[in-house]
Formats: sequence, C-alpha cells, structure tokens
Amino acid sequence: MTAALPRADVAPVAPAKRRRHALGWLAVVPLLVFTAIAFGLPALAVLDGAFTAKDPATGATSYTTGNLTTSLQGPYLTALLGSVKLSAVSAALGALLGLPLAQAVVGSRSRALREAVLTASGVLANFGGVPLAFAFVATLGNAGVLTVRLGLKDSGWDLYSFWGLVLVYLYFLIPLMVLTITPALEGLRSQWREAALNNGATGAQYWRHVALHVLAPSLLGGLVLLFGSAFAAYATAAAMVGSAVPLVTLQIADALSGNVLVGQENVALALSLDMVLVAGLVMAVYLPLQRRSARWLDA
Amino acid sequence: MARRLTPWRWAVLGLAALYFLVPLTASVIFTVDVPGHGVTFDAYTRILSTDGFVSSLLLSLELAVATIAVVLLLMVPAAVALRLGAPRLRPVVEVVCSLPLVVPPIAFVAGIVTVLKWGPEHLSRTPLFQTFVAIQNENFPVVLVLAYVVMALPFVHRALDAGLRSVDVRTLVEAARSCGASWPRALVRAVLPNLRGALLNASFLTLALVLGEFTVAQLLGFRPFAVWIYDVGGSQAQMSVAVSVLSLLVTWALLLALAGAGGGRARTASDRG
Repeated sequence: MTAALPRADVAPVAPAKRRRHALGWLAVVPLLVFTAIAFGLPALAVLDGAFTAKDPATGATSYTTGNLTTSLQGPYLTALLGSVKLSAVSAALGALLGLPLAQAVVGSRSRALREAVLTASGVLANFGGVPLAFAFVATLGNAGVLTVRLGLKDSGWDLYSFWGLVLVYLYFLIPLMVLTITPALEGLRSQWREAALNNGATGAQYWRHVALHVLAPSLLGGLVLLFGSAFAAYATAAAMVGSAVPLVTLQIADALSGNVLVGQENVALALSLDMVLVAGLVMAVYLPLQRRSARWLDA
Repeated sequence: MARRLTPWRWAVLGLAALYFLVPLTASVIFTVDVPGHGVTFDAYTRILSTDGFVSSLLLSLELAVATIAVVLLLMVPAAVALRLGAPRLRPVVEVVCSLPLVVPPIAFVAGIVTVLKWGPEHLSRTPLFQTFVAIQNENFPVVLVLAYVVMALPFVHRALDAGLRSVDVRTLVEAARSCGASWPRALVRAVLPNLRGALLNASFLTLALVLGEFTVAQLLGFRPFAVWIYDVGGSQAQMSVAVSVLSLLVTWALLLALAGAGGGRARTASDRG
C-alpha cells in the first residue's frame, strides 16, 4: 500500500520512462548478442585452449598450465620480451618526436597547416601493414633506393633488424601521437601562458610547471596507446623481417600455421593469452587517463 | 612570443616532412627506375592485368561494404538509445566496444582458428556444421566480416559518440515525435541527417581498416587485397611497391573527400553549440 502511493504521483512519467528503457535495451541487445558470438566465442576458445593439453597418442584432453609455462620459456620468452622491448622503444621515441611536431602545428595558429597535418596524420596512422613494409624495403632495404645511392650497406645499415623495425614503426606511431596529443595542446589556454609570463616565469618554466602538468595524462595516455599499437602490430613485421627479429606476433603466426612444430597450437593460444594480459594492462592504464584528460578539454 | 619560436617550428616541420616524404618518394623512384631498364612505368601498367588484382580488390571492397553495413546497423541504434536515456547501459556498451582494443588481432584470429576447427569436430552431425562451412565460403568469407565488425567497434563507437555529443538528440526526437513522426521515422529523418559527418567518419575508418587488414585474412587463408600485395611482393618487387604507393594515394584521396564533406558540417555544429 505504501509503495502504491508514491507511484500514483509519478504515474504520468513512469510508463514513458519505462518504455524508453525498454527501447534502450532493444537497441543494445543486437550489439551484445553479436559481440557475445563473434568476440566471446574466440575469446573463450583462447582461454580454454591455453589451458588444455591434448595427448597425441590417445587424443584425450586435460587441463594444464603447461602451455603457459612453455610460453614463458626459451624462444617464446625471447619473442615476448623482444616485442615488449620493441614496443617500448618505439612508443617512447614516437611520443618524444610526436609532441614537438604537434606543438609546432598547434602553435602556428595556421588553420590550413593544422588541417593538412591532421589529415595526413589520420592517413599515416592507418598506413601500417604490408604497404608500409614494402615502401621501406624500397627505400632502405637491401636493394632500396637510399641504400644503393648512399652506399648505406657499407656503413652497416640493416633494415631487417630491431632498429630498422623501430624506424618503420615510427612512421605510423608519430602520426598517432600527433592525433592523440593535439586536442590536449589545443586545450592549453593562452591565458595560462600569459598569466605565467606576467608573473615573471620564463617560457621553459611555464612548460615545466604548467603545461606539462596539464598535458601529463594525455602524454602518458598517448605513450601507452603507442605501446599497444606497436605491440599488436604483425603485418609490417611479417612482410619485412620474416623471423629475423623475434616477436611474439610472428611466433603465434608460425605456431598457428604449423610452420615450426605440429601440435604447438595450444602454445600459440597461451602466447595469445600472454599478449591479451599485456594489452589489457596497457588499456587499464590508458582508458582512465583518457577520461582524465577529457575533463580538461571539456572544461 | 610566437614569432620568436618560428625557426624552431620550421625545423621541426621540415624534419617531419623529410621523414614522411622520403619513403614515399623513394618508393616511386624504386618503381619507375628499374636497374638495367632505365625509367619505365611498366610496374604501374602491369597492375591491372596481373592475376588476382581485380578479384582481391573486389573481395576487399565487398567485405568493406558488408562490414560497414553491419557495424552501423548494430552501433547506430545502440548509440542513439544511450543518448536518449538508458544511462545504465552506457558503461556496458563502452566496455563491449573497448574489449577489441585489449585483444590484438593475432590473438583474436588464434581464437577464431580454434573455434573454426572445433566446429567441424563436434558439430559434424548437426545443421550448425553447414553454418561453419558457409561462413568460410572462399568467394565471400562471412567469418571475415564478423571479425572486421568486432575490430571496427572501438573506432565506430568513438566516431558516433563524438558526433552525437554535438547534437541534441533528445530535443530532435521529441520535436519529431510531437509532430507525429513514428520512432523509426524520427530516427531516420531527424537524427541521422544530423549525424552525417559522424556516419561518414565511422564508415571511412571501417573502410580503411578492412582494405588494409592482413593478419586475420592471411591466417584464415583468404586472399583479399592486403594478402594479395604480400603474395605479389615475393615475386614482383617493383609492382608490389607500386600497388602500395597507389593504395596510400587512394586512402589519402578518400580522407580528403571526407574532410571536405564532413568537416564543414562538424564545424558549424560546434559553432552553434
């Protein structure tokens, strides 16, 4: 009875509100069902397979942590660490080089330059994969235009190496950093700079004490995003270096296509799980940071 | 103040231009200046007649169209509903759309391979087995569309969310409803036209993703455009670089067209807000 009384008050609103809720669910359910099938099933398969061992003689399966242990040993561990190192180095360089570029563009206050650079960044950030690898092979590979004309080979240059990959990865990581950091740079109010300068600060002091603090979440977020992007990259490395540089993505691909040893599929799934854990860690850092930096931009 | 920094700014922009233009220029030189043949445009003229070019490009375009259609059909109603008032669903959709970011494509495809192998082993006597065969049809691999939709979710979600933020959806829908429009009509005639920029943006990002996608397609054994370039690269270096250069130029043209079509509208929308 007591519950019925207040409901009578809000009766005109409640059905409309409830209908809206029902519509909300109705609109979201297809998305949820789709991801449960197209994303959930493969995710479960990775999880299940990573912990499953199949006896080659009897065909019986049993649960084990052996695959995960194997995936953290020997060549697999080398590959995993190789990926982490490559991603960390290229992400750090990408962030370090992307920030001044973005600052140069934002600071120029030229609308045309800004649009041109952002559009170019949008294209280049998506220009990963096979075409990028081939463009660099044509430029700096063994028979590449620059390698031949500048005689780089004699000075020990090798594109199919760790630093070669870093150079190539920067081609899409720097634009990605520019795209990530530009909104934050634009959020820096000119008044803050003027206030700092009026109070006797130098330009460097303004950057150290004001701008970098405001930019910190975006910078760190960008760094982490770059890391994740480099960590997940497969096509560029596959088309360029084959297996000259040990990378976890290349190892998974080899194991999946049975190139190395038959029956390594479950180790490939364990390696995939390792990758998901690393990438999950990265995203756990990135998403809250992105939200925090968004607060500055909305303000 | 800004004037004093100009030389530094030009140095930064100049170095960046150098880094980003040299590989492109060198690629073009590589394709036209063949050792022993002098300057020739052979690599470009041969592309069209090369085996697999047309079919792989068409396959990629078909996959892209199907992916865009599915991802928009799934995401647009969900995104609009979240704006209209189902705030409790908002975190759910956000998490669902961020999940693909956590799973690298190679790990995702490892899972798909396992599911596809598991299907025939356990379902061979059920009608579901036919589904597993059908989605792996060589001519139109539906399984790739499913994978690409998942991979596009984060980008599409972000693009739509940004577009919806600049539009007062609630007022639009209420106005349309008061004028007697039905729900679907209000959505199609009042909300969607205001989202043109965001829809174009989402479609373009998806198109770029599908055209360049290599990992999933290669490991599942299909041969869309990116896999074809890779295969050709083994035997015909000049031509594979020529195709790579062209694919970048085409992407660039598409993005510029998009900036022209969607950018102006987005700017006026934010001016009004």
